[in-house]
Amino acid sequence: MAEVVALTEAIGDLVNDGDSVAMEGFTHLIPFAAGHEVIRQRKRDLTLIRMTPDLIYDQLIGMGCASKMIFSWGGNPGVGSLHRLRDAVEHDWPEPLELEEHSHAGMANRYAAGASNLPFAVMRGYVGTELAERSSSTIATIECPFSGEKLTALPAIRPDVGIVHAQRADREGNVQLWGIIGVQKEIALASERSLVTVEEVVDELEPRPGAIVLPTWALTAVAEAPRGAHPSYAHDYYDRDNGFYQRWDKISRDRDSFREWMAENVG
Amino acid sequence: MSEITADELMTVSAARELTDRTVCFVGIGLPSTAANLARLTRAPRTVLVYESGTIGSKPANLPLSIGDGELAETADSVVPVTEIFNYWLQGGRIDVGFLGAAQIDRFANLNSTVIGDYERPKVRLPGGGGAPEIASMAGQVIVIIRQSTRSFVERLDFRSSVGFGDGRGDRERLDMPGQGPMVVITDLGVLRPDPETKELTMTQVHPGVSAEDAQEATGWDLRIAEDLTETEPPGEEELEELRRLKATVEEVEA
Repeated sequence: MAEVVALTEAIGDLVNDGDSVAMEGFTHLIPFAAGHEVIRQRKRDLTLIRMTPDLIYDQLIGMGCASKMIFSWGGNPGVGSLHRLRDAVEHDWPEPLELEEHSHAGMANRYAAGASNLPFAVMRGYVGTELAERSSSTIATIECPFSGEKLTALPAIRPDVGIVHAQRADREGNVQLWGIIGVQKEIALASERSLVTVEEVVDELEPRPGAIVLPTWALTAVAEAPRGAHPSYAHDYYDRDNGFYQRWDKISRDRDSFREWMAENVG
Repeated sequence: MSEITADELMTVSAARELTDRTVCFVGIGLPSTAANLARLTRAPRTVLVYESGTIGSKPANLPLSIGDGELAETADSVVPVTEIFNYWLQGGRIDVGFLGAAQIDRFANLNSTVIGDYERPKVRLPGGGGAPEIASMAGQVIVIIRQSTRSFVERLDFRSSVGFGDGRGDRERLDMPGQGPMVVITDLGVLRPDPETKELTMTQVHPGVSAEDAQEATGWDLRIAEDLTETEPPGEEELEELRRLKATVEEVEA
């Protein structure tokens, strides 16, 4: 059974220095409030896992929370670079960041393998690319035992902590989400400990077309965080703040203006 | 109407490559603009598939990200990301994949990872994202990229996704299900792979662009087709629709 707790308590209990942490949400339902709480609690030496690091990992990296990142596409969607990520990779600021780089398909399959309690995922992919060479400790060729066909194997991802955002939960901690569901389910189930932040806690979850439910007994903690995905969005609650994504380009370009913005808005 | 820009010619040319009922796997930016332009003009039954899991999206406004809410609201179906890559792309259900990149070489291999050395890059680019598997598995690939000696390079700094590898026969050797990049659209014109060697050949230039201009913007000895043609300027409907679409993104910036 997931405990319904305050966000500060959830992050304090579940996230330790040195943990591998996956905060997921494919453009939609990105757990910004939880990420900001990780920054406020000054967690260090994290391995951050996310397909699209997005602004949330740009902020965590710039604030010195991470020593490694596992990812597949590190840009500001439709806008350009993640400047804090670039500064870490190009100039080791505020500290060096080790990268483990994959493709989207590879990451999604690694999550699914983790959720399925399998040691590795199998797919067709990476052939002929330099990714296969660069991330060779996590990309291997195997032979299908039935047909002999050559396929690509990738180790499962089992984060210490998985954090996602969702629309709502009931008081028992059952979580309901809809719209672009991304890899939310896979991360919640692949992780050793899982936290779901929600827009609201309600008495009863009314069925909705296309919605999925993560049952309370499959989760560790649920915390209420209204507007907890902003500037990402929560379908049927608020829209993606595209203007903020565009403004972030300027805010984050410079180390001082970044730190200043973080001090004022995150603490 | 104001004068047509090179970027508009590029987007319109890309949209024209899509025939009706094509199933397109679309990335954000120029690819999304071109595919939506096709859907709103000459190819209304084009099916747009976004990697965020939306199948058959019909946005009225141009999305800024591949996961904008409008893509889900207007979709025929919204599926998990694992499914979009496994059942739909790897499953062989995508006709055309649209890709952009920072660098391209003569065999249409693409770099979207780093400029400079991987360990200590001059510019860390976003990375491959969905591209490595789209390049391999989509029925065919349309590449959209601005043409200059910075982007059209003799040697990629990093091979993020494969076009024709080192030439003819490489895709077959690598067991790639799709045909690969059948066309590359730039702000100067259009390139297609030579049927024999698979080397990109400039087959078409936009109005006002010469073969020499194209060569000067290319970092290798560019092959130019003997029967080089000129792009037909955009019709009024194409241009109006494109400008209306672009305005829906710019409004956000204001």
